[in-house]
Amino acid sequence: MSTLLEVSGVSVSFDGFKAINNLSFQIGTQELRAVIGPNGAGKTTFMDIITGKTRPDEGRISYGEKGLSLLSMSESRIAQAGIGRKFQRPTVFEDQSVADNLMMALRKARGPLSVLMFRPTAADHGRIAELAGEIGLSRKLHSKSGELSHGQKQWLEIGMLLAQEPRLLLVDEPAAGMTPAEREHTTDILREAARTRAVVVVEHDMEFVRRLGCKVTVLHEGSVLAEGSIDHVTQNERVIDVYLGR
Amino acid sequence: MSETSLTGSHTRTPLALRFPSVLIFLAVLGLFTLGVTILSEGFGIGVISTSFVKTLGKTLCLCLVALAMDLVWGYCGILSLGHMAFFGLGGYAIGMWLMYERTRLIVVDSLVASELPPTAQEISDGIATQIFGVVGASEFPPVWAFAHSLPIQLAFVVLIPGLFALIFGWLAFRSRVTGVYLSILTQAMTLALSLYLFQNDSGLRGNNGLSGLQNLPSLDAVPQATVSLWFFWGSAFALGAGYLLCAWIVSGKFGSVIRAIRDDEARVRFLGYPVDAFKLFIFTLTAVIAGIAGALYYPQAGIINPTEIAPIASIYLAVWVAIGGRGRLYGAVIGAAFVSLLSTWFTGGQAPDINLGFYTIQWVNWWTVLLGLSFVAVTLFAPKGLGGLVDLIVDRTSPNRHGADLGPDPGALREKEAEK
Repeated sequence: MSTLLEVSGVSVSFDGFKAINNLSFQIGTQELRAVIGPNGAGKTTFMDIITGKTRPDEGRISYGEKGLSLLSMSESRIAQAGIGRKFQRPTVFEDQSVADNLMMALRKARGPLSVLMFRPTAADHGRIAELAGEIGLSRKLHSKSGELSHGQKQWLEIGMLLAQEPRLLLVDEPAAGMTPAEREHTTDILREAARTRAVVVVEHDMEFVRRLGCKVTVLHEGSVLAEGSIDHVTQNERVIDVYLGR
Repeated sequence: MSETSLTGSHTRTPLALRFPSVLIFLAVLGLFTLGVTILSEGFGIGVISTSFVKTLGKTLCLCLVALAMDLVWGYCGILSLGHMAFFGLGGYAIGMWLMYERTRLIVVDSLVASELPPTAQEISDGIATQIFGVVGASEFPPVWAFAHSLPIQLAFVVLIPGLFALIFGWLAFRSRVTGVYLSILTQAMTLALSLYLFQNDSGLRGNNGLSGLQNLPSLDAVPQATVSLWFFWGSAFALGAGYLLCAWIVSGKFGSVIRAIRDDEARVRFLGYPVDAFKLFIFTLTAVIAGIAGALYYPQAGIINPTEIAPIASIYLAVWVAIGGRGRLYGAVIGAAFVSLLSTWFTGGQAPDINLGFYTIQWVNWWTVLLGLSFVAVTLFAPKGLGGLVDLIVDRTSPNRHGADLGPDPGALREKEAEK
């Protein structure tokens, strides 16, 4: 399996506080990976760096077969290159319908003029109906997304990410605020997504991570503490000390 | 939203049918134009005076610039406090030609009696002395280089505000200046521009501005009653076309994206949209619309001077849109028409003064206070503005879900519903 994203020796500090310290990380083209760690371990900063929101002080990030450096790219270009991100709080556009939200996310030209001239084809509508089916929102397609429940908003956001057809999906605490049934559905969606792309899930909930059944990376104080299967890392002494033991 | 539409077909329906407000608006505008024409002195029975036709024509131009403001602020979330500067620039661009050409005809007329036919230089000097005598100059400043050419000045109506907005917007959006900081920046730009124009050596006649713009060159024989209607029709057409353009822009995916930028800019970036480019596009486009509105307004007003570009004008524009209801196109039009006509009524001395015994409220002075208070009231109690009244009729605020539940976890809207 070839490597899709390689982060090497990345550090970033905010006002002297090292949020990320010499972090290295790799993920393959079709892989599901969970990133766990205590609060302040740098999980969100890690995602911010990959998506271009935060610029690291040092280090390299290479992406894709050509080894594109993400450091010189804007957020929107990184997203266009195929990196999608789901935030901790569901951020959908509440004033707009589920269909509009998905339509915006569909993988199409993103420039102002092409968007202005864009008219959805039957295939686009079909794709949106299909996505809505996957995330269980078929009946809500024309409702304003502000009317959805919290869990449904989370799914809509996942649906929007899938619509972007990213090669790398970064998901921040997808199960937060979900009912057990919704969590199960979310696990299925993520596992399914990881068959065709790389998916990184940041999560607090160990039970949820266990159900994902994938390789786990444990972050602590901005660097990788341990990496391996869930059983492997939960038996690691240092992991128990800093995280699980508390 | 009805259940049947969920499975509905995806065939393209015309814009007017998908957005009935567009059709209604155009119909109302058409009837209004027809009505004014019939009642006017120029072509009809003469119930409406020529000066009132001009007021109405000017109001249509203000509605057009309010549309632009609604697009940039109500839809895209950029609170620009500088769009009246673009409006003024459009006015200056057309005013320069009007003033130049009319003065040229007068100068040529006065020189025709001389024994030798006047040289081009003599004519040019004559015009310059006539126009710039008032600021103590007798030569054409460089900015007047193309004032003799109507096509070039017409192009400038679009190009000058457009380029200005493009450069300003590029600098501002590229540095991610947003929110109140951007508003302050646009306000500063407007102030700087008006202060510059106030100077005599700015080349645009300082605080005198450009005047006599109501007189169209070589059309002295045509009475103002007729000219006023020409401009009225022109303004009505521009407003209709502008409305259609704006409705088209906000109806499709582009509209989705700019509303999304308004609501959560960072999220739109992570969807892969170049937010800065979208903002720049809207900012520049609306500046161009404002420029065109200004070019139609000032020949009806007859005079333009730097006061028109002063920051307060742009603040008024924001107030109109807020009172009318931002985020909906007809709201902006209603707000601009309502407030500016009311303002004309109050400040024109037609409103009866109120004698309180110990103090007499003279509306000429107190109108601004009333306007300010109503702005505060609208912001606090009716954030949807006058346009929100339409919602009361259409009742679009509470979508009928036919009793269907929202799901296991109450959504944000349901909480709002519960508050009612």
